[in-house]
Amino acid sequence: MSEPVSALNHAGFDGLAKVTECGLHGMITLRGDLAARAVKAAATGASGVKMPGPNEVQSKGDNALCWMSPDELLVICDYKDVRQVLDKMHKSLGAAHALAVDMSDARTMFCVTGSSARDVMAKLTPADLSPATFGPGQIRRSRLAQIPAAFWLEDDQSFRIICFRSVAQYAFDLLCTAAGAGSDVGYFSAAPIRPT
Amino acid sequence: MLILTCPYCGIEADETELASGGEAHLTRHGPGTSEDDFSNYLFTRQNPLGVHFERWRHAHGCGKWFHAARDTGTLEVFATYPAQTAEPPKTVCDAIRKRRPGWTWQGTA
Repeated sequence: MSEPVSALNHAGFDGLAKVTECGLHGMITLRGDLAARAVKAAATGASGVKMPGPNEVQSKGDNALCWMSPDELLVICDYKDVRQVLDKMHKSLGAAHALAVDMSDARTMFCVTGSSARDVMAKLTPADLSPATFGPGQIRRSRLAQIPAAFWLEDDQSFRIICFRSVAQYAFDLLCTAAGAGSDVGYFSAAPIRPT
Repeated sequence: MLILTCPYCGIEADETELASGGEAHLTRHGPGTSEDDFSNYLFTRQNPLGVHFERWRHAHGCGKWFHAARDTGTLEVFATYPAQTAEPPKTVCDAIRKRRPGWTWQGTA
């Protein structure tokens, strides 16, 4: 068997924020009625993670469940475990009207970490990233410049970004440019102004 | 910039995250209908300056089609609502009438 390699093979960049391509992840798209018991059981049973609400991410260790749309979940697991998790999900779904498909090789995941991470991301997406509206545990599907992407905050200073593998280089170049030295806008990262 | 709230995922999406789908609430005329009806269905569109209904798709988000009622002149958005309806729901019509007294859906009360 050939050895699977991620799109940019862990490429990294250190600037205002640290940009890393975080390697291969198992990603399974689950579509179906998210209120149905069989669909919920398949998602939570296979990942060991609680069911996320609308626009939320639930995670536990390397596993995560991302709410992608009213009828779509993304199950994230270890790349090596995909087949096993998928089998478990199919068994659990039984005859339920749902679809679970391995999308791991169609996607790329990036991490953007650092105190300027919010600023770096806000340069590229029209989504409102102010801490008041977007915090850890929430996921936003939006765009980064010209490509669709989904992202969430693992903690207040680290983003996880998913996009198509075919545009991985474009996404990486974008993130590196936005995190380039001397391009800090200090909008979110600036210390709050204290009244004198 | 036009900002519409997707009724499916609740995200306030700006125009660049959406794909426009043209006029909403068209009646489909397919095989077996008159040539005039079919031609109108394909080509005839309203282009009002004022209250208008449109289809939009949350293309860079949840991917769902929805409807928006807005004013093409002022860009005021009256409401967005799910696409599974042949005409604007009463709540949407009420919201429009509140801002545009006397307005009626296709000229009927």
